[in-house]
Amino acid sequence: MNTPAPGADMVFIDPLRQERSRKKARRDALVGMASLLGFVVVIVLLVGRSSGWETVQKTFFNGDQFVESFPGLLQAFWLNVRIFLIAEPLILIIGLLVALARTLKSPIFLPVRVLATLYVDIFRGVPTILVIFLLGFGMPALQLPGVPSDAIFWGTAALVLSYGAYVAEVFRAGIGSVHPSQAMAARSLGLSSLQTTRFVVLPQAVRNVTPPLLNDFISLQKDTALVAVLGPIEVLRRAQIDTSSNFNYTPYVGAALIFIALTIPMTRFADWASARSARKRRAGGVA
Amino acid sequence: MSPRSFISVDGVWKSFDAHPVLRGISLKVARHSATVLIGASGSGKSTLLRCINALETVDAGQIVVNQELDVTAFSADLDAIRRRIGIVFQSFNLFPHMRVLENITLGPTRVLKKSKEESVAAAMELLARFGLEAKALDYPDRLSGGQAQRVAIVRALAMEPEIMLFDEITSALDPMLVGEVLDSVRELRAGGLTIVMATHEMSFAKEIADQVCFLREGVVWESGTAAEVFEAPQHAETKSFLHRVT
Repeated sequence: MNTPAPGADMVFIDPLRQERSRKKARRDALVGMASLLGFVVVIVLLVGRSSGWETVQKTFFNGDQFVESFPGLLQAFWLNVRIFLIAEPLILIIGLLVALARTLKSPIFLPVRVLATLYVDIFRGVPTILVIFLLGFGMPALQLPGVPSDAIFWGTAALVLSYGAYVAEVFRAGIGSVHPSQAMAARSLGLSSLQTTRFVVLPQAVRNVTPPLLNDFISLQKDTALVAVLGPIEVLRRAQIDTSSNFNYTPYVGAALIFIALTIPMTRFADWASARSARKRRAGGVA
Repeated sequence: MSPRSFISVDGVWKSFDAHPVLRGISLKVARHSATVLIGASGSGKSTLLRCINALETVDAGQIVVNQELDVTAFSADLDAIRRRIGIVFQSFNLFPHMRVLENITLGPTRVLKKSKEESVAAAMELLARFGLEAKALDYPDRLSGGQAQRVAIVRALAMEPEIMLFDEITSALDPMLVGEVLDSVRELRAGGLTIVMATHEMSFAKEIADQVCFLREGVVWESGTAAEVFEAPQHAETKSFLHRVT
């Protein structure tokens, strides 16, 4: 290689400037902490001095009640986790298939396209809780032979159908985000349209929509609680039962804490993934 | 001057949204020759290249390769056509999620059904020929524009095409990087590949072309050897175009 220009590989650091920027960082941290502390103090004073605080403390933040109900809540939450673990892969499969169906261009596939569009329109348009009611009470009432009448089954099915429609749209946006020149390049190498989708378009599409998909995962974790309306004893239903038998709302707070314990790490992970994908796209933006 | 034509384009029309881009264009390309298409933007150079390897379907007319492969027939086996005719684009269009080597072996393994070992060996050989073997395991975002375009050329070559189409392959490059890409084309030309190239690099066109076609308004307005077209253009439009670009 050529000889580098003088000083090309050296970074000159001004010690004075470095010291100044270190000082500024320390000052910023202090100001931030003080501001946060002041804010918390104000909130605590405001809430603590409100006339209803004692009642609220007794009914929502009761230590004994918490200790008593928490193990049961955790146990019930296992059902939420199972619903989530079963629903999520099915949602991804349905979402992907529906998104692909909507991108089919040949006129032969018109019925498939129409069905896929109809599905997305309907299940994206109806509130999830309503889908749960309709399937959970409607399907068992049909008494079709071989069709399960289990509330957990239909509650999960409703979540899958509802979220499948959302995720299909996310995938479709991802497919649309891959520049047509990519498909053209693949076709010019002789790849069939199916191969082009599989090897060139989909991998890029999935990478582009990973952050919004993670958001939908987080949403789904919370919405497993909606299945409670059909009766199965998952965490929300458990809390409801405890609450009404003891006239104390602390179990609800316990349930909320359990959800938060799961969703906050997931949210941080989603933030990290989306920051990474943004960085990657910026880096790859030249070509 | 009637070379036994390897590619024969005959009266081809192509419109986009009722806007005709090719208006009955005809031209013949001899085997192992280099044909350079020049002309202003919108004169139909890119569209013609895309019609030749059936990335676009023509509205009328016929394109026949080697007197046996009708590119424009309804029943044409598009994948077979594209196996025999490679194309390199202005914007490289490398697959950003694949390493350089994977970019190159995708076609041979999936379309030609070659074994992985064979494809990789052939790809490495091609990369070495173009001085890119050190880049085999890099992702495209680690390449300079010139390297990316040379990888795109290698990717097309890996399909062992009989014809290579170059669609303004240096137009998106930093002027410093144009040379290395043109060197690659020179090398292919010397190897006897049949080349059709749309370009704005007039001096390169002069150097490499067996035939120069000046396209205007969707037809070949004037064609001939490089000397004929560049030194003694017959038409006023050709003269004024050459005057503007040189």
